[in-house]
Amino acid sequence: MSYYTQKTMDRFLNPKHFGEMKDANGIGKVGNPRCGDQMTVYIKVEGEKIKEASFQTLGCAAAIATSDVICEMAIGKNTKEALAITEKEMIKKLEELPAVKVHCSSLAIEGLKKAIDDYQKRK
Amino acid sequence: MSKEKVYFDYAATTPTERDVIEKATPFLGERFGNPSSLHSFGQESLFALDKARKSVADFLGAMEREIIFTPSATQANNIAILGVLKECKSSHVITTSIEHKAVLEPLKKSGVNVTHLPAYKEGVVRVEDVRESLKDNTQLVSIGYANSEIGTIQPIQEIGEMIREENKKRREKIIFHTDAVQAVNYFPCKVNDLGVDLLTLSGHKIYGPKGAGALYIKEKNKVFPIFYGATQERGFCPGTENIFAIAGLGFAIEMLSKNNSEKTRRLRDKIIDVLLEEVPGSKLNGSREKRLPNNINVTFKGVEGESLMIALDREGIAVSTGSACASGSLAPSYVLLALGLAHEEAHGSLRISLGRFTTEKEVDYLLEKLPPIINRLRKISGK
Repeated sequence: MSYYTQKTMDRFLNPKHFGEMKDANGIGKVGNPRCGDQMTVYIKVEGEKIKEASFQTLGCAAAIATSDVICEMAIGKNTKEALAITEKEMIKKLEELPAVKVHCSSLAIEGLKKAIDDYQKRK
Repeated sequence: MSKEKVYFDYAATTPTERDVIEKATPFLGERFGNPSSLHSFGQESLFALDKARKSVADFLGAMEREIIFTPSATQANNIAILGVLKECKSSHVITTSIEHKAVLEPLKKSGVNVTHLPAYKEGVVRVEDVRESLKDNTQLVSIGYANSEIGTIQPIQEIGEMIREENKKRREKIIFHTDAVQAVNYFPCKVNDLGVDLLTLSGHKIYGPKGAGALYIKEKNKVFPIFYGATQERGFCPGTENIFAIAGLGFAIEMLSKNNSEKTRRLRDKIIDVLLEEVPGSKLNGSREKRLPNNINVTFKGVEGESLMIALDREGIAVSTGSACASGSLAPSYVLLALGLAHEEAHGSLRISLGRFTTEKEVDYLLEKLPPIINRLRKISGK
């Protein structure tokens, strides 16, 4: 009897990848124009491979959970693979998201993309 | 205190009073007659309907024939507004920017010229603003008695008095409507004292069942039916009545006078004081003084309301929020924005509403659980 799946709740209550990353070499800041959520994605890339990823998110439970998912999925991938992560793959990790919350996963994808862009520019 | 279910969302709906359930339940069972039927089955239901009507009329200081029952307060507001405006499309209406959608939307649909009065930072409209907005063709003023989100109370009696004076000069009288859904629990609602021509109330906000509202329509007022097909409720609400819910509303309203709001007010003040003191970056939305005894609406900087609500729910605590993330439309509360709050402030708002069954222990549990959740979410947001 709950709005979110257990997997979403676990991510929301115990996210593993939150926090500022001081030595990040790519940072992506995004805001959701619809609901006002704000998200920052930090990545540390070494030899095109994302070694570390973390987030800071001011947003709903779904925004926090999807932020955690995108970081987890990005770690270990090279930048090209990371850019190919889809909403569908992310939502699969949570089993499902309420329809009105699907846009949260696109925000996370956009955040990661911006962080990778930032890394490419810094190179 | 171990984890349990604690309800702090009385503004959304109230638990049905046990005594009300007991008295109304026969109308779901053996007393099933249609009140329009002339046989004994029907007459039994008609008797219950009349009795509920008398209870509401007594509470409002009105005549029984001035009360109609509706399936909800939203529908009552529609009947009131669209019914007044039906025969006249070129008129002017005054309402507020913080009104419930059940008032704003029918007004929008009616196509008349509408003035939305400001509620200022405190969430309270000014009588002089109402007076200054009156036009020669003002036909209706609709202002809610108490706001459901921020709990602020409007000067209904003063506005009613001013309109009464103004009406002495007019051939076409201004009709004054108030949505009193949130107010009836705590404030006197004698219609003559308030000076209102139309008043809306709801059963499920006063410990009655869901499925019944009531509309007071002062005699001799020009209100036209907007629904057709039968004659129930003087033709204003045609269709077979929900006797269970209506009887329940009647029993619930009878119990209101016995309700003492002092305890609720004290617990509300305790929550406000503790939160504002213990949680940095918190502020109360809406006037502290002109406020329902059961409403707390606070903004916490650096957190988002939906996540706060969901985390509290996990601890068994039910509250509500004006955050965009919790609304189907993904728009933040227009009521909070009307008070001048920034989008981000509305984003971090939480409504805690108390009621008849709220205990000190529950309040202490909330005050124990809430601050650490805010801290945790602030760590995640980095703000």
